[in-house]
Amino acid sequence: MAQVTLRKVVKKYDEVLAVRGIDLDITDKEFIVLVGPSGCGKSTTLRMIAGLEEISDGDIAIGGDVVNDVPPKDRDIAMVFQNYALYPHMNVYENMSFGLKLKRTPRAEIERRVKQAAQILDITDLLDRKPKQLSGGQRQRVAMGRAIVRDPKVFLFDEPLSNLDAKLRVQMRTEIKKVHQKVRTTTVYVTHDQVEAMTLADRVVVMNAGLIEQVGSPNDLYHTPTTKFVAGFIGSPAMNFIPCQLEQAAGALRMRLNDKLSMPVPASRTKRYSSFAGKPNLVLGLRPEHITETRPHTEPDQHDFDMAIDVVEPMGMETLVYFTINAAEICGRVNPNAGAAAGQPMKLRADLSNMHLIDDTTGKVL
Amino acid sequence: MANAAIAAGTARPVKYRSMSRDRRWAMRWSYFFLVLFVIFFLTPPLYMLITSLKSSGEISAAINPWWVYDPTLSNYKELLGQNQYLVFFRNSALVSVCVVIITMLISVTAAFALARMKFWGSATLAMGVFLTYLIPDTLLFIPLFKMFAFVRDTTGIELLNHWWTLIIIYPTLTVPFCTWIMIGYFASIPKELDEAALIDGATWMQALTKIFIPVAIPGIIAATIFAFTVSWAQFLYPLAFTTSTDQLVLPVGIVTTLIKGDVFNWGQIMTGALLGAAPPLIIYAFLMDYYIAGLTAGATKG
Amino acid sequence: MADIAAPTATAVAGNRRSGLHKFVQRRSTIAFLMALPLILLISILVVYPAGYAVYLAMLNKSMTKFVGFGTFEFILKRQVFWDVVYQSCLFAISAVIFKAIIGFIVAHLVHNIPLKGQRKWRGMLLVPWVIPPAMSTLAWLWLFDPSYSAFNWILAHFGIGPIPWTGEAGWARFCVILVNIWAGAPFFMIMYLAALKSVPEQLHEAAAIDGASWLQRIWYVNLPMMRNIIAITALFSLIVTFANFDIVRVLTAGGPLNSTHIFGTWSFKVGIESGDIPQGAAVSLFMAPILAIAAAFILRDISRRGSEV
Repeated sequence: MAQVTLRKVVKKYDEVLAVRGIDLDITDKEFIVLVGPSGCGKSTTLRMIAGLEEISDGDIAIGGDVVNDVPPKDRDIAMVFQNYALYPHMNVYENMSFGLKLKRTPRAEIERRVKQAAQILDITDLLDRKPKQLSGGQRQRVAMGRAIVRDPKVFLFDEPLSNLDAKLRVQMRTEIKKVHQKVRTTTVYVTHDQVEAMTLADRVVVMNAGLIEQVGSPNDLYHTPTTKFVAGFIGSPAMNFIPCQLEQAAGALRMRLNDKLSMPVPASRTKRYSSFAGKPNLVLGLRPEHITETRPHTEPDQHDFDMAIDVVEPMGMETLVYFTINAAEICGRVNPNAGAAAGQPMKLRADLSNMHLIDDTTGKVL
Repeated sequence: MANAAIAAGTARPVKYRSMSRDRRWAMRWSYFFLVLFVIFFLTPPLYMLITSLKSSGEISAAINPWWVYDPTLSNYKELLGQNQYLVFFRNSALVSVCVVIITMLISVTAAFALARMKFWGSATLAMGVFLTYLIPDTLLFIPLFKMFAFVRDTTGIELLNHWWTLIIIYPTLTVPFCTWIMIGYFASIPKELDEAALIDGATWMQALTKIFIPVAIPGIIAATIFAFTVSWAQFLYPLAFTTSTDQLVLPVGIVTTLIKGDVFNWGQIMTGALLGAAPPLIIYAFLMDYYIAGLTAGATKG
Repeated sequence: MADIAAPTATAVAGNRRSGLHKFVQRRSTIAFLMALPLILLISILVVYPAGYAVYLAMLNKSMTKFVGFGTFEFILKRQVFWDVVYQSCLFAISAVIFKAIIGFIVAHLVHNIPLKGQRKWRGMLLVPWVIPPAMSTLAWLWLFDPSYSAFNWILAHFGIGPIPWTGEAGWARFCVILVNIWAGAPFFMIMYLAALKSVPEQLHEAAAIDGASWLQRIWYVNLPMMRNIIAITALFSLIVTFANFDIVRVLTAGGPLNSTHIFGTWSFKVGIESGDIPQGAAVSLFMAPILAIAAAFILRDISRRGSEV
């Protein structure tokens, strides 16, 4: 059983709190991703799980045993570093077998495990080469091979794809997912790239300033974020935030965006939001894909409005349009044939069934 | 409590070492051994200092030699009072300063040419410079001795037994390594600076003086310190080439004059030695980082 | 303005172009001139004397006629010479080995303590290298004095009889080696420390996770990555210790009974003190083969450094 549990974990550097008390339960065989902007504490948390940083307060348990004071080599973990950290004077085979050699594993067993891992990662013909003879992607695979060979309780990945170019990153992402399907080991993966988080994770942990903002499946985080930070962090292009006022008029709830534009609150949400009418600092959150061109058939909860377009970005399969409401830059995704042009007015449709109402003072999604 | 829940799940006994306890013991042992090594390295100079503060009576007494019971500055006064020691000091200082100037002039210009201006044979010359550094003074002093005698016989210029002859020879010890250090520093300055200066209308000499030297100042300081230290500490060449007391430099002077026959005036010898070691030590105390940078640059910047 | 500026601009450009052109051609000459003092210095005062030494070694004692290899043969027959060879090699090899070991250990110790404190420890540990060898050897001479040795005073408290130090052959050699180690170990320490700092910390972390203890990390990570610097430093030091003069001269002057003479001191004694210049030159030339071999290894290792990632 290789579940990982964090209880009230704190990391303090001199006077600075890098991690301010996090609780997390990672189940066996789960692929969990810690994601957040730089400085949020995700790498520090990972390194505390690994034993490379001392835990200032709280407990970390691996497989049921508290490991606070246990040195890394006894925690039965394996780690893949951002810079691969391959031993430059050893060839690939020796790099991968180093951990086993230290445990005095018999040579036949080492060979079997290395060959097996090499096959999973498709690096069998690289076993004789030295790291400096390998490309970035190959080195990363060797680093993963080194981790697989140890057959640990937990895999730890510290931003492993950050050093690769964009195309290679996409490729390696898929590789990592495939490997996880074959080698069902609990994995804790750290990245700042939310696309990686969404595509790889069983569950995503969004961290910010040393605390966990939200934990959930990629879908949950995407469709039901609980804080403004998560709402704005997940999804690309990012969610639009439009300051608004909630008005109650003639028994109907409306959101006033500016003196010319107000949108009706969907009926399903009226009960939920009615108590917040008149509250200051409210923000409407709407993803770009829910601001589209008008189409012949109208669904309920869709509201059409006119807007002058500032900038048009043709992406091929869609076109991004940018316009301004209340000095906030808003992004919408329209069909390339919808005739969007910079400086021209355009009829747009907001799909409010996917709206989020956010209290800006607390940062929470209402 | 969650902690209890975690702890209760533990079935196997704890058999691994505590990480934080290991780290603390590692620190304690580190400092312990460091202190031992520091004692080993600093004992001789400390003992020099201790002895220099003793009167000759105390030195020959059968008491604890590691402590000064009756400190006195008489050794210092005697040594600095007599003209001879001051002459040694003066000779050493003059020689060292002149050698440093000459060395830096030759090294910096040559290093710039070798590092920056690719000309035919520059790579071999750089390697050659390095190799000559490996030809020791213990091999060259005899032929040099003969060469000086030859110059005297043919031109009448007396090179032997003059302290200023050393100014001609010492650069052979300092220039190769200093050039090598400077080549390393100059080579690490991006080439675009060259081109920018040229386009801005500078001549090579202006580029050298206005752009490179300011940027290479750390290397220059390191090389200067090295040149000074080597010149000051030289023993073999002055021992071979200078004999009259007033021509001696400090290291030779102390060793030869203070040991008169069988009588060793240890108080004065140690004082003399300590004062002789003082200039490099003082420079080191203030410019330690440049010192070390010079050393490591030489070997690592290949 | 524009029509005045334009012709001037082209004129200047034209001048610059031709000036630059001539400049590029003259560039090699200027470079050569800048390197000339160096070349002259090395040729006249290093290369020429080295060659001259060979010539001198082939003259007879009064330097009147040419005797070819006669002097070399004469030297090879003398027992003293073989003692000198043995002693030079003994000192060089044992001193370098210990310097390397001490330097390695101390570098790791310094690297292990927090960064803030490293500077002052490093400062203290480098002192022996800063003091002129002749001066520090005087201190050792005093410490090893047969009658007043401060070491003997301490040893007496443990009941260990007074050691003759420089008075007896075996001990004298020990003293020479010890002083060599003392003066040279800091250099090794500084070099190794610099090499240690260039080993990426992540490699240690990966090794720690792979299960390596601190000793295994030193053996499997630090040592291989420092291999190059270790070799270069050792070779450098071999040359310097082999060709040493100051320490032996001041500490033992080659005695007792020539048991601590090395090439440098013996050639001084024979060449300058006894006035037999050809023999002195010949003795010192015997160092050349060892130096050449060491130099060749250094060259090979330095060029290898460039190709290693």
